[in-house]
Amino acid sequence: MEKGKGVLGAGRRWAVDFSDNSTAPSSRDIPDPPGFTRASVDQDDSAVSRQKKDAEANWKAQKAWEVAQAPFKNLLMMGFMMWMAGSTVHLFSIVFEPYKDNKVELLGPKLLFIALNLGGLALGVWKLNTLGLLPTHASDWVSSLSPAQEVEYSGGGIPL
Amino acid sequence: MAIRSFFLFILFFSSSLSPVFSLYEDQVGLMDWHQQYIGKVKQAVFSSQRAGRKRVVVSTEENVIASLDLRHGEIFWRHLLGADDVIDGIDIGLGKYVITLSSGGSILRSWNLPDGQMVWESSLQGPKHSKSFLLVPTNLKFDKDNVLVVFSNGRLHAISCIDGEVLWKKDFEAESFEVQQVIQPPGSDLIYVVGFAASYQFEMYQINAKNGELLKHESASFSSGFSGEVSLVSTETVVALDSTGSILLTISFQDGKISSQQTPISNLVEESLGPAVIIPSSVSGIFAIKTDAVTVFIRVIGEGKLEVVEKTTHEIAVSDALSISEDQEAFALIQHASSEIHLTVKLAHDWDGNLLKESVKMDRQRGLVHKVFINNYIRTDRSYGFRVLIVMEDHSLLLLQQGEIVWSREDGLASIIDVTTSELPVERNGVSVAKVEHNLFEWLKGHMLKLKGTLMLASPEDMAAIQSMRLKSSEKSKMTRDHNGFRKLLIVLTRAGKLFALHTGDGRIVWSHLLRSLHKSEACQSPIGLNLYQWQVPHHHAMDENPSVLVVSRCGPSSDAPGVLSFVDTYTGKELSSLSLDHAVVQVIPLPYTDSTEQRLHLLINADKHAHLYPKTSEALSIFKREFLNIYWYSVEDQNGIIKGHALKCKCTGEVADEFCFDTRDLWSVVFPSESEKIVATVTRKLNEVVHTQAKVVADQDVMYKYISRNLLFVATVAPKGSGEIGSVTPEESWLVAYLIDTVTGRILHRVTHHGLQGPVHAVFSENWVVYHYFNLRAHRYEMSVIEIYDQSRADNKDVWKLVLGKHNLTSPISLFSRPEVITKSQSYFFTHSLKAIAVTSTAKGITSKQLLLGTIGDQVLALDKRFLDPRRTVNPTQAEKEEGIIPLTDSLPIIPQSYVTHALRVEGLRGIITVPAKLESTTLVFAHGVDLFFTQLAPSRTYDSLTEDFSYALLLITIVALVAAIFVTWRLSERKELQEKWR
Repeated sequence: MEKGKGVLGAGRRWAVDFSDNSTAPSSRDIPDPPGFTRASVDQDDSAVSRQKKDAEANWKAQKAWEVAQAPFKNLLMMGFMMWMAGSTVHLFSIVFEPYKDNKVELLGPKLLFIALNLGGLALGVWKLNTLGLLPTHASDWVSSLSPAQEVEYSGGGIPL
Repeated sequence: MAIRSFFLFILFFSSSLSPVFSLYEDQVGLMDWHQQYIGKVKQAVFSSQRAGRKRVVVSTEENVIASLDLRHGEIFWRHLLGADDVIDGIDIGLGKYVITLSSGGSILRSWNLPDGQMVWESSLQGPKHSKSFLLVPTNLKFDKDNVLVVFSNGRLHAISCIDGEVLWKKDFEAESFEVQQVIQPPGSDLIYVVGFAASYQFEMYQINAKNGELLKHESASFSSGFSGEVSLVSTETVVALDSTGSILLTISFQDGKISSQQTPISNLVEESLGPAVIIPSSVSGIFAIKTDAVTVFIRVIGEGKLEVVEKTTHEIAVSDALSISEDQEAFALIQHASSEIHLTVKLAHDWDGNLLKESVKMDRQRGLVHKVFINNYIRTDRSYGFRVLIVMEDHSLLLLQQGEIVWSREDGLASIIDVTTSELPVERNGVSVAKVEHNLFEWLKGHMLKLKGTLMLASPEDMAAIQSMRLKSSEKSKMTRDHNGFRKLLIVLTRAGKLFALHTGDGRIVWSHLLRSLHKSEACQSPIGLNLYQWQVPHHHAMDENPSVLVVSRCGPSSDAPGVLSFVDTYTGKELSSLSLDHAVVQVIPLPYTDSTEQRLHLLINADKHAHLYPKTSEALSIFKREFLNIYWYSVEDQNGIIKGHALKCKCTGEVADEFCFDTRDLWSVVFPSESEKIVATVTRKLNEVVHTQAKVVADQDVMYKYISRNLLFVATVAPKGSGEIGSVTPEESWLVAYLIDTVTGRILHRVTHHGLQGPVHAVFSENWVVYHYFNLRAHRYEMSVIEIYDQSRADNKDVWKLVLGKHNLTSPISLFSRPEVITKSQSYFFTHSLKAIAVTSTAKGITSKQLLLGTIGDQVLALDKRFLDPRRTVNPTQAEKEEGIIPLTDSLPIIPQSYVTHALRVEGLRGIITVPAKLESTTLVFAHGVDLFFTQLAPSRTYDSLTEDFSYALLLITIVALVAAIFVTWRLSERKELQEKWR
């Protein structure tokens, strides 16, 4: 039994592959233990693997929705954090790649994810605006306006 | 919310209360330097003390009395007397007191010779103004007390040398009596007072020195009258000139009887010389007369007979007599010969024999010898040796001994008239001016020391080594331009007509040049240097040219004397050319235009209000013609209380066609009523000041537009009654009126009257604000006011989209003839100090916040943030205003001890403060001058754009190396661990 690397991404740290690869003829030179009959096992093989694959697809779809909804859980927390000291910007990375599958419809979760993140962004922009960090005032555009040139020039003063 | 605002509040307060500018102890001398001077020596007295260090006591034209080390020329101690307390005479009494007579002979002081502490002071009054004399007779005793004899204000005093008490006094009240000499023959108890009465009568008073009793009074009249001074040839004989300057009168008053002899100068000297003057000297038996070309030495040989001993056309200087033994007097004579000076010491009765004859090589840039003071010492072989102290034309002081210059002092720098700056040459490949001082090992050693200092591992010796390394850093005194623009040349013009270039790094003199045009000549009898202007500042396309300055001077003190221009190369100090003008120079107007070689165009206005354009080239003329209609000038006639504006009209309609001369016409005038207003101060913005922005963002994102104009003039007038000293008027009859006048159109933009105020007014103008300092008679305190001026017509430019897309006309050129709509804001505050000078910091781009530099009465320079002089300060600023940085209003301006720019030093006799921007935006260079010089760098908002000087690069390097090493080690470790985990 070998240690399986997590193919399911960050969600899982390890996995055990129960499917038996030992049916290859090369492994046959080790004799079966006494009282073991290989035939009955071979019969059920295909049905079990199909069942397994369905379960995995279901699980993936469920997990994708979970990930999509994750920001929603964070929204309140985020808002609170922004209120506390919110001048930092969080970057949300979209991790839908691992769930990519022909059988799984990802459009819905993606749209929700985008919508929720846009909501977060809007909140952020609103926050920036209340902090006065958005250039929406005249003062933000004139602060480096050089003085106007004068056409006339005059000099003089008290006689030397 | 409440917590947050509380934190902001704390933050704001901690930032506003912490000193903005301060210095650590070990930073003193790192970026600043201080030089002490005394000015041109008027009188020198050698201390004859046997023990202790040899010293000479001098009084100078800058009103300094100082005791100098005779061996090195260093100052032991120094006192600067007030401007109205001019020193008339100094002497040393009892070998340990320095006696000074000052204020026209009305104050007599005694100072302790070793340390300069004042011992006593007495005030001497008298019936009328007169010449004053101070005598310290060596053997005139009065109850074991030495007596000082002082003649001042028409009264003769005998004063105790110990405590300054007046022992007796005698008035000379005769109306027309003018004292010429006071004589105390050594070894007698008599005092002779001789003088003229009614300009043709010679008067002699003989007085008993013990009690002031008048013993004899004789007079004799001379129909030809007298002119000039008299020279004392013996204790009982004087020589005077008659009113025509052609007949010598030898008057002797032996035993109280006046006898006289007349000798026409033509009898002594064959050729006619023209009117002569007597050169005052105290050498017995010999005197000198000087005409335009010749100096004649004449000996008196008994019974009033005269004999010429020497006639010379060389410039000559004679010292006073020095008695070297009972009956022998010696004196020094200095003659010029091309690049050398000849020093001869002679005995008074033996003209032909020389005690000493030496030649000393003399730098031509020092000019002529003006004064000589002689002193003797006893050599190891018991013969007499002589040393002389000479004062040169450039006001420098030199000690000559054994044919060499022992030391010299550049005391001309004590009287600076004007200052400008110049860049240093650019460092070019291959033409490196700097030495390669450091090898790698020394560099590393230095940085290791620094690192030790940072980590607090350094021993005291190491600390001293670090400090000396920092102070001697060769980086700051290189002769090339640096990246930050800290290294520059300060070009200063002194009253002696000498131009010096000082290096900003360490204050050393790079070159000095006595201007030829400021030399006395046939055409120009008494030239005076007036001002310095930057003539050519090459950059960009004219890099190969050397920068030059323009020195404007004038022949004689009157304003219609013809002017002289000199152009001096600032890299080499060579006078490129000089122009003797045929017209006077009343005003010099540097124009904001330069020609293709970066020469600035200048307009010189003469007494007839004609404008002359310089440089006289066709290119300059074409540039000028293009801007002809836009050039105006104004004149402030402070005596008449009129300010006039003028425009240029056409070419001069003179007899000689001069296409560089233009007629002008009067445009406007502002006449101040002479019975109620007198102009006391006018100030404009500096021509080279850079303003970063025209907008000022105030609380709540609001914008105010500054009214920024180069053509604004601030004028302060006071009531004529109140133009005297502080306290000479009551608050009801005194006021101050402040004006802001547009000098193109003559429009008065703002006028404010303050009642109960008095001058003197010191003001500074920068960007859109003026700060002025005056005395408040009602509050009995000094005050400072600020006026800020804003342009209201721009205030409605608030559409963001227009501003984003640039569809506004805020930066397009404007004419001053369009009607401005301005509003002003002003506020006043109490201020503790009275001021001598006021200036404002200036930076390269004008972004850094400003500081006012105040030259206090204590001769220090204090930096004060402009934020304290903000008319928008209120007692309780709103939240938004606090966030903007507005300080709550207080009635007086704070003086933070750490913000003294001069830290522990004093710039004695402070006269001016000059600020020059460095290339680094955060930093400005400050030069304060008076009798002393002081230079430093200032960063009003701290050095936000560079690492501090004591930044440890070694520490940074070691940290980086350590981090990289740590990364490698941890990487290896993690790899190994991962492998182990895989094997598990």
